[in-house]
Amino acid sequence: MAAIKEVERLETDEGGMGYLQSLPRRVVTVYLPLLVFLIVLLFPFYWMTITAVKPNIEMTDYVNYNPFWVVHPTLEHIRYLLLETSYPGWLLNTIIISTAATFLSLAAAVLAAYAIERLRFSGARQVGLAVFLAYLVPPSILFIPLSVMVFNLGLYDTPFALILTYPTFLIPFCTWLLMGYFRSIPFELEECALIDGASRWQILTKIVLPLSVPGLISAGIFAFTLSWNEFIYALTFIQSSEKKTVPVGVLTELVRSDVYEWGALMAGALIGSLPVVVLYSFFVEHYVSSMTGAVKE
Amino acid sequence: MAVPSVAVQTRPSIRSRLAESRNALGFGFMLPAAALLLVFLTYPLGLGVWLGFTDTRIGRPGIFIGVENYEYLWSDSVFWLSVFNTLLYTVSASILKFVLGLWLALILNEKLPFKSFFRAVVLLPWVVPTVLSAIAFWWIYDSQFSILSWALQQMGLIDHRINFLGDPTNARASVIAANVWRGIPFVAITLLAGLQTIPQSLYEAATLDGASRWQLFRYVTLPLLTPIIAITMTFSVLFTFTDFQLIYVLTRGGPVNATHLMATLSFQRGIAGGQLGEGAAIAVAMIPFLLAAILFSYFGLQRRRWQQGGGD
Repeated sequence: MAAIKEVERLETDEGGMGYLQSLPRRVVTVYLPLLVFLIVLLFPFYWMTITAVKPNIEMTDYVNYNPFWVVHPTLEHIRYLLLETSYPGWLLNTIIISTAATFLSLAAAVLAAYAIERLRFSGARQVGLAVFLAYLVPPSILFIPLSVMVFNLGLYDTPFALILTYPTFLIPFCTWLLMGYFRSIPFELEECALIDGASRWQILTKIVLPLSVPGLISAGIFAFTLSWNEFIYALTFIQSSEKKTVPVGVLTELVRSDVYEWGALMAGALIGSLPVVVLYSFFVEHYVSSMTGAVKE
Repeated sequence: MAVPSVAVQTRPSIRSRLAESRNALGFGFMLPAAALLLVFLTYPLGLGVWLGFTDTRIGRPGIFIGVENYEYLWSDSVFWLSVFNTLLYTVSASILKFVLGLWLALILNEKLPFKSFFRAVVLLPWVVPTVLSAIAFWWIYDSQFSILSWALQQMGLIDHRINFLGDPTNARASVIAANVWRGIPFVAITLLAGLQTIPQSLYEAATLDGASRWQLFRYVTLPLLTPIIAITMTFSVLFTFTDFQLIYVLTRGGPVNATHLMATLSFQRGIAGGQLGEGAAIAVAMIPFLLAAILFSYFGLQRRRWQQGGGD
């Protein structure tokens, strides 16, 4: 409840009225809380990194070594992870599955979003609403019936089980995001093309898509990240160790009942996070603006 | 559109043909998405409801047994415990995420150096795969080598190690904390976007009228932010309610089912235990709660619009 009181005091003045606040006051109301937030939000990453390069002796000896620091950094955990476990294979599986699911969903979503937003067929509004509702159906409700289906279709323990089920949450999301993007493209451009005799397909590929490259990039990054992070389907539909994805593999194969290989676990978590973090940092502005845009829609 | 209206004037029949082809084209364009969603989303949703009425097990097709699964669950104390846990988890995590997320959004909305850097860094917990960050929390919460216990001991605040995940109350607090950690960025960044759409002139006008800082927040910021708060929190509540990964990594529902959520119980009974029918019934039992959350926010927004004199 102290937080609410803070919020009360912390009214915002972007630009204009900021000079009304003295520096000491700003330190207490803005910089200090921001520092605490940053420490709390980033500490797990620091801890992950430091553990990944810490020798086992230092890791369990808090008396002679300060746990917040590492005296003799080692690459032993990373070497073990990359050379003695199936980790590289999991990375490859995750890349293949995420890429395939992303492109499949993006293709379907582009067509659907264009049809809903611009073709305005009868019932387009209702279909748009249905797509939105589809996004609200959580995987934790679907995984049991889907596992029955996946088994009956002979997809169990194959990458296709994931490539075909991930679009269930990727398509609604991408469609919704792209609908917002297509809406921002002026109608006049399409009308000109129609008068010049372009077909709908030509309009889509030659006018709308080139104009919505930023939207396609953010939808693609979102979709890739969501598939990369997916857990419950991958846990349920894949059994063989070598076919697992990174999140499932790290959790189920690196954790043995007797010994916890914390160094290798943290290295696995760190390396598994890197691709999405790198991807995200390249496109962070797209990411933030489209995330907020998608929510505002 | 210009073209059809011209065409209509000269040849009336073309209008219906155009509409027809637009529908045909629309159908063709919708086909890939609709096929994937119908087969892998709508059908399993129905199949799930059906499975809930059968005694299907892994490797054995079941027969219709009516509401037996639900009768069994009704008298199952573990199921009710999971319902209670899920509600506790959702409500407390959502409130914390909202308060802390709004606070962070207000801070980030201030004039700051390196603002875009902070905004980018703050999102990291949300970008990183939940399972992987949950593994980091698992290590942070370790019963022997927890860095939190160590730090608190060094500061002299506690005299023995905290058993984060072994004690029911601690375990609940720990998983909620981890969920809040992961959820704050999403709430903060979306609310920040909402804050940035509020015109500065409103604050200036209110200040000239003598509004205090609390009044500025209460009567300018909050009302203008309500729609985006409602949408953000609906999403946040839905995702928290159906959470699975964090619990599966940190506690698997233990100790003594104290952190079992409906989703993890459904997995434990349905997939790990092989009782697909019963697992499906637990999953179906989540649907009324989800619908209630969606309708609550939907009608909440409607009422607001109506109060403001909006059209629909």
